[in-house]
Amino acid sequence: MPGRLVGVPPVPRPGRLDPLLLTVLVYVGVAAVVAATGSRLGPRVFLVAALAPLWTLGWAVWAAVRLGDSGPWTESHTWVEGLSVTIDLRLDWFSLVMVLLVGGVGLCVFVYAASYFHKGPEVPRTAAVLLLFAGAMFGLVCSDNLFLLFTFWELTSITSFLLIGTDDTKAGARSAALHALLVTGGGGLAMLAGFVLIGQAAGTYSLQEILSSPPSGTTVTVGLVCVLAGALTKSAQVPFHSWLPGAMAAPTPISAYLHSATMVKAGVYLVARFAPAFAAVGPWRWIVLGSGCASMALGGYRALRQHDLKLVLAYGTVSQLGFLMILFGAGLPDLAFAGCVLLIAHAAFKASLFLTVGIVDHQTHTRDLRSLSGLGPRWPVVATAALLAAASMAGVPPLLGFIAKELALDGLLADGTPYQWALLTVVVVASMLTFAYSARFVWGAFGPADAHHEAEQELVGSDAPHPSAAFAAAPVVLAGLGLLFGVVPALLSPLVEDAYGSFGFEEPPYYLSLWHGFTLPLALSALVIVGGVVLFLGRARVERWQSAAPHVPSALGAYERIIKGLLGGSDRVASIVQNGSLPVYLSVLLLTLVVVPGVPLVANGGPDVWPSWIDSPVQLAIAAIMVVAAVAAAVSRRRFAAVLLLSAVGYGMAALFIVQGAPDLALTQLLIETLGTVAFVLVLRHLPDGFAPMVVPGRKVLPAAIGTLVGVFVFYFALSASSISGTPNPDPGLAVSDAKEEVARGETRTGADLTVSEEYLVRSYPEAEGKNIVNVIVVDFRGFDTLGEIAVLVIAALGIWSLVLVGRRGRGGRDGDPDGPDGDGPSAEDAVPPDLEAEGASA
Amino acid sequence: MSRRPLLDPEMERRSLILDVVVRGEFHVLLIVSVYLLFAGHNAPGGGFVGGLVAGAACALRMAARGPQELRSSIRLRPLTLLGLGLTVAAGAAVAALWNGGGVLESRYLTVDLFYIGPVSTSTAFFFDLGVYLVVLGTVLSILEALGSPEEELR
Repeated sequence: MPGRLVGVPPVPRPGRLDPLLLTVLVYVGVAAVVAATGSRLGPRVFLVAALAPLWTLGWAVWAAVRLGDSGPWTESHTWVEGLSVTIDLRLDWFSLVMVLLVGGVGLCVFVYAASYFHKGPEVPRTAAVLLLFAGAMFGLVCSDNLFLLFTFWELTSITSFLLIGTDDTKAGARSAALHALLVTGGGGLAMLAGFVLIGQAAGTYSLQEILSSPPSGTTVTVGLVCVLAGALTKSAQVPFHSWLPGAMAAPTPISAYLHSATMVKAGVYLVARFAPAFAAVGPWRWIVLGSGCASMALGGYRALRQHDLKLVLAYGTVSQLGFLMILFGAGLPDLAFAGCVLLIAHAAFKASLFLTVGIVDHQTHTRDLRSLSGLGPRWPVVATAALLAAASMAGVPPLLGFIAKELALDGLLADGTPYQWALLTVVVVASMLTFAYSARFVWGAFGPADAHHEAEQELVGSDAPHPSAAFAAAPVVLAGLGLLFGVVPALLSPLVEDAYGSFGFEEPPYYLSLWHGFTLPLALSALVIVGGVVLFLGRARVERWQSAAPHVPSALGAYERIIKGLLGGSDRVASIVQNGSLPVYLSVLLLTLVVVPGVPLVANGGPDVWPSWIDSPVQLAIAAIMVVAAVAAAVSRRRFAAVLLLSAVGYGMAALFIVQGAPDLALTQLLIETLGTVAFVLVLRHLPDGFAPMVVPGRKVLPAAIGTLVGVFVFYFALSASSISGTPNPDPGLAVSDAKEEVARGETRTGADLTVSEEYLVRSYPEAEGKNIVNVIVVDFRGFDTLGEIAVLVIAALGIWSLVLVGRRGRGGRDGDPDGPDGDGPSAEDAVPPDLEAEGASA
Repeated sequence: MSRRPLLDPEMERRSLILDVVVRGEFHVLLIVSVYLLFAGHNAPGGGFVGGLVAGAACALRMAARGPQELRSSIRLRPLTLLGLGLTVAAGAAVAALWNGGGVLESRYLTVDLFYIGPVSTSTAFFFDLGVYLVVLGTVLSILEALGSPEEELR
């Protein structure tokens, strides 16, 4: 079904992709191009990469014009029909705001990154992964199908993992990346469970349909808690916030993009989507508001204690995300409207501040606010931009952050707000902290060194070179936007009003303005500023007090204890389960194979059709050879002989396939057998010639019994499987190879009406235009299985590869990086470890 | 790719007959594997079988000339082949979205190649190509991992 515009009759548009899907693919395509350029372009590769966000931004502006008169834009493609997994994309105004953030901040970050990064082999990879992230983020905010949303959600977690670990030579970066992946990926899995619960209750997996007629019941409540687990972990809310400060191990442009402007807002986005429909359900408000308040206060408090400028911002982000959670999670119109403004304001000022830290770090090689001194007068433009951005964060007029905070306070003061006073107190106090750490940030980065720090650190900054204009442009532009929209809010107002409109509240939206008259929110804003100034002026005392205060148990410590416990536990389990005896492993595997599918098979009754025993006398001869070879293999005392006899059995099987008229299967069987024998022989070189003698007499009986059992089971299974009739295969887990065998038998068998095999026969040519049914099944009817299977093959190959590498590394050999350390393509000499050559020479 | 020294110590362990056979067979086998890949949709063959034939050709070459010679004769590393194959297969699955189709939906294409004339194929061929590459990559990984001299595995 082609994508279409709602409100306009669907018109088939030949020869093109739908724009939302196309945009996702543009990111993937540009990423591929960027990755393929190698390190030739150096950091300028980011300018090529910037084409993708530029495209997004341009398209979003065009779509904004179109959205005005035609309502949300939807596209639909089938994916996995049987499981309600579809590629349903939908762009409404709230999505459009997120798309503008992804594209706008993305463009700034990519242009900036071209100056930030140094030439190196990892640069194209970083750019490509960053593009993939941006594409996933774009898809996330445009997904209407919950499974699709989940897919993009986890893709952002995975790309975030890769980006945090950009500098994979540092153990700190690696563990921080893993921390982020475990927390956000785990939350994502909980979210998937929640989606399934809600989707089953609602009878649909379309986000819009669920939100327009929300289901209810205990299942839905449990589902919502699971979804919140995903949202809160992603947005680094208490008690899951500890991964975000760790994620600052990533290069600064990545922190600016993922860990302040876009990815961490995915949780907020989801909460904003769900809150209008579900905020009144069960524990929703308790969880969201509780976690949001705790994050907002704790983040502000911790930010005041940091000396690393980036960590100040990281804890500040936790705090601001908490604020956003409060605003969107309450599910109230006024607060949601304020939330939309803060969402935009936060992306602008926080990204600008991060990029400023990147400049400071790049030029002075430190981010410690105790050692930076006197940068402000030397870099007036950058310092002014940082000042504006920080003031917007602190809620100082006439900046956009101020408008957002006014709206939020106004909404909290409105009648009917739940937990009004508690929320108001938290927001006011945390805003004071926000003002204080904003001031601390600007003063620490650009002001003179503080007297109470001077003794401890060497001062840096008086000789730092001025950043180039291209380098400084991005933070200046972003900070300038905060000022522009603050002074002329009418520019932003239509967008915010429309975004608010897509939540479906009944109340008409506010309008944005800088001045509301002398109101209570204004008084509270003034109070916040006074409180913040006091905290900033008394910062020496605050710092002393904070370091003296008892240390609260940190979430990071809890995470570390959990991981340690998990590893210890799995060690104990592994030492029991994995005792190192291959016969035991094999017995367990084979018995599982027999018991798990065997019991339901027997319970369902035997096969309906009993095939004739012998179709041709040749079969008898082949079978005799196979039986003899199999028995000989079982009693053989030498490994090599056993392997050869086993392959004789395999070749016999291939011969049987030929007799039955299944050349494709015979060919496959023949090749697999040959390669299997080669692999066996390669391994046998390292093993003793004969089998170890059996010491215990009974030990021969057990393997024989298991072997017989497996043989009987396979026989029975094959008979039952080939006689299944009716359209859907009752066991979706059946591998392609099983299906192949069914067909092979079906090709010659005549009998019952339309078994699975016959149905394939009937459908193969008309539907897939292929005469080779086996191939049609593999590449078409069961294409997803095949895709899964080749993925498994790749994983298996990687496993083999890693095992060998571990062996080499264990002997102190070199790393053996298969692609070679330099980017100019792998060369054979590189991949050959020196000790291999030594071995060749000594032989 | 430097030439191997003329008097290779490993030479002594090799079978001259096998070496000659490989000289003749290797490229023929590769061509057969590509034929199987193309023929797959309507005749016995396909990406899986084609990949296995190519893998078997490489195993034969390794048996005759040793793992090092095999490694230096193939420009792409096994891991690159694996990644490439998975990308091609997934790309073919996604490419079906063009013009409003579903994931992995196959279509019949007729392309007019300049010298060869019109060629008809299903889009599923590209998916099969991915399978071919992955299978070949897996076989090569196994050969390389297990085929290294004894000390390599400890």
